Amino acid sequence: MNPVLKLENVTMQFGGVIAVNNLSMEVGEGEIVALIGPNGAGKTTAFNCVTGVYEPTNGKIEYCGETIAENFPRGKMKRLYAGEHNGLYTKTVSLTPDAITRRGIARTFQNIRLFSSMTAFENVLTAMHVRRTSNLFTATFRLNHKEEQAQRERALELLKIVGLEAEKDELATSLPYGKQRRLEIARALATEPKLLLLDEPAAGMNPQETEELTAFIRRIRDEFGLTVFLIEHHMDLVMDISDRIYVIDFGKLIAAGVPADIQNDQRVIDAYLGVDEDE
Amino acid sequence: MQGLLPYIINGISAGGQYALIAIGYTLVYGILRLINFAHGDVFMVAGLIMVYASASMPMYIALPLVIVATALLGFLIERAAYKPLRTAPRMSLMISAIGVSYLIQNLAFYITGGQPQPVTHPIPWISDTISVLGASTKRVTIVTPVLTILLVLALVWLTKKTKVGLAMRAASKDFETAQLMGVKINSVISFTFVIGSALAAVGALLYFTNYPNVAIGSGSMPGLKAFVAAVFGGIGSIPGAVVGAFIIGLCEELIKAVQPTFSDAFTFVILIVVLCVKPTGLFGEQVTDKV
Amino acid sequence: MKKNNHRESLILALILLIVLAAAIFLDAKLPSYHIAIKVIKKACVYSLVAVSMNLLNGFTGLFSLGQAGFMLLGAYAYAILSIPVAKRAGVYQYFDGGIVKFSLPEIFSGIFGESIGPIVGMLLALLIGGMIAGLVAYLIGLPVLRLRSDYLAIATLGFAEILRALIQWSALGPLTNASNLLQNYPELGGATAYLILIAVFIGMILLLVNSTYGRAFKAIRDDEVAAEAMGINLAHHKRTAFIISSFFAGVGGGMLAMYMGTVQALSFKSTMTYEILLIVVIGGIGSLTGSILTSFLYMASLEWLLRGLDSGKFLGIEAPGVFKNGFRMAVVSVIIMVVVLFFRKGIMGDRELTDLLRRRGRRKGERVE
Repeated sequence: MNPVLKLENVTMQFGGVIAVNNLSMEVGEGEIVALIGPNGAGKTTAFNCVTGVYEPTNGKIEYCGETIAENFPRGKMKRLYAGEHNGLYTKTVSLTPDAITRRGIARTFQNIRLFSSMTAFENVLTAMHVRRTSNLFTATFRLNHKEEQAQRERALELLKIVGLEAEKDELATSLPYGKQRRLEIARALATEPKLLLLDEPAAGMNPQETEELTAFIRRIRDEFGLTVFLIEHHMDLVMDISDRIYVIDFGKLIAAGVPADIQNDQRVIDAYLGVDEDE
Repeated sequence: MQGLLPYIINGISAGGQYALIAIGYTLVYGILRLINFAHGDVFMVAGLIMVYASASMPMYIALPLVIVATALLGFLIERAAYKPLRTAPRMSLMISAIGVSYLIQNLAFYITGGQPQPVTHPIPWISDTISVLGASTKRVTIVTPVLTILLVLALVWLTKKTKVGLAMRAASKDFETAQLMGVKINSVISFTFVIGSALAAVGALLYFTNYPNVAIGSGSMPGLKAFVAAVFGGIGSIPGAVVGAFIIGLCEELIKAVQPTFSDAFTFVILIVVLCVKPTGLFGEQVTDKV
Repeated sequence: MKKNNHRESLILALILLIVLAAAIFLDAKLPSYHIAIKVIKKACVYSLVAVSMNLLNGFTGLFSLGQAGFMLLGAYAYAILSIPVAKRAGVYQYFDGGIVKFSLPEIFSGIFGESIGPIVGMLLALLIGGMIAGLVAYLIGLPVLRLRSDYLAIATLGFAEILRALIQWSALGPLTNASNLLQNYPELGGATAYLILIAVFIGMILLLVNSTYGRAFKAIRDDEVAAEAMGINLAHHKRTAFIISSFFAGVGGGMLAMYMGTVQALSFKSTMTYEILLIVVIGGIGSLTGSILTSFLYMASLEWLLRGLDSGKFLGIEAPGVFKNGFRMAVVSVIIMVVVLFFRKGIMGDRELTDLLRRRGRRKGERVE
């Protein structure tokens, strides 16, 4: 069976800087997989490649067996390219982020990006636009009122699930930080994803909130039949929740495995603590 | 070829005038990232001041007065309409610029009574008719490009060699960092507006000498074209604005020789082609947006 | 929540009915050249155009300055399609009576009779004007909608100028009468007709804005990256908003032509776009009812209340030296600048008239809790 998400030799190079270097990894169905690494290791860039924000410079990304991104160094990059596997890929597949979301990948953002003029409820409702069956005409003249009604009920339900029912009419940006993060998850769920990408979901949370989040992520995984791929710095959460972990440093994969192995991996410890080069 | 000569001469001259206006756009955009929609109207006001001043005082007082008064106007516009919006979104700034343009035009309408003001005292000497390679023209068409080049060289020297020029360049590279490094950002911005408006005033003196009258709408077309020139050359770049202006002036006059209706529209065709093909223009720097 | 919605629609309907009744009354009592009628008509036209601009600039966050160009298309389409055949020789005197040899109102009065026919024809001419504007918007949108905010503004402004030059091109004279006036075309009716028209059109825009598409537009305005990540196709939705906005600008242009009685490309300058933009800003970017209110307020002050500022006597003060031609506009533009600088949210901010009612209702609800 195909893995839900598969990255194959993905390299992302900006000008002369390689942000993600020859990254290969897989996320299987129903798994919770974490991508960790020190600051600036290229984690978010990898996410951005998967979600179509960036076009990788080289390599291939598959979602449920379908190629959603494939590229090779072209144009100016031909000369500049400093990564590996040059020439292995010859096709270019490039989908816009919305097309990728439509296929079933949803995400949250590291620096929260809620729709600032909308209430919590409207934020969730807006994300359901991608699953509409109405068109401009039927939507304008309310011929889709059944669907609209169903969407409203569903949005309310999602808010209930993330525990924001009481705040549904509050302006999204006026919510406290932790609730904004949960709202982002609810909004992502509203697009009906199969694969959920969480970019530092616990950033700025205290230990108790983090613990709650851990349970919450497990719960939605089970409830929605999701596959979860997350970036996180809170090691407690990562070690607790992840089925498998990938570690990258300077864009390169340095370790992969189950949490217990990763904890004892010398390269990972070096990457995080730094190595004294004199020794 | 002989038939085209007057058009070429006029084109170079128009290019010089556009260049003097375009610099004002490019300097302001460089620092504030603002399309100063009011700049064309400042140009028009300079023309009006010239008409009024030259009719009531000797030329050697009137000319400097036009330049000083226009520079002052630019300074005041910045202080009143742009400075309060320093932290506002860019859209607010642009709306304010459009509001200022609207205000200036309406004030000018009130003051002039809506009548185009005839240029009764064109500047002597440069408005004399001369003959160039057999084509008869006013001396101003020859003076304009020369004066433009001299002023641009002076401006380039100013930005490269003086402290205030350094501050201007720093501010246009990175507004906030420049401020942190102790650049008095408000003075730099004011200075930029003063320079831009003074150059527009010189442009107006040359432009309206060749023109029968100054109307309230006289500034909008040259203003827009100068802006296109600035975009064409790469907005933010002084040499770019100048080169762009000369190219646009020339093309426009040559089109006029073939099909006069489209000389104005052509400029905008250039604009759209440039924006779509190479938005950074000829000499502009690549600005990357961070996601 | 549902109840609230019903109450809002009820109140909106009530306001509309009152305004409509007033218009019917005025139409019956006053001659058609009366200033009150003129103000209502012009305010209606500006409301529609301002709302269409707000849809784009306020709701979708696309700063476009092409409104005058699309209005120009609508105005010309309306005039060209509805000048009576008998009068074409006079209007197109330099172009042999022009190449359009029919008039929609006349064709339809042949089909539906003298009473309904012309109206159908005129409405159709308005809609065709809108569609032409929409079509041109589609074409223009292909290159320009990818541009960043300020470049988009200047590119749309440029396109409007190109359209203006094209219309005046002598080679198109048989169609557009080049730079000469188009006139002698019919008007749909009095103030009531204008009101009904814009009520229908603005009603559609209101429905659109409150639909799932409207939410998608707002999402794009708030955060393009997040909107795209939520599956909203940016290119498609921006294009949709641009075409719809231009369609209604075209229809508004046709109505403006009706109102003015004559059309000339010369009057559709960028200043017209600026004027509409400033109305939108004063009403509140993102508030449709704000745009409507401001259009009426603006036209009433300009054409009526502040007339005295231009003609020597205002509020009983006589000062012909100060209150002369142009003072009115000067005062208005100073007020505009004050709003732009110090009341940046405008009259309504991004709220609608109905929000004000709802807010009060909600506050009551909170107290109960």
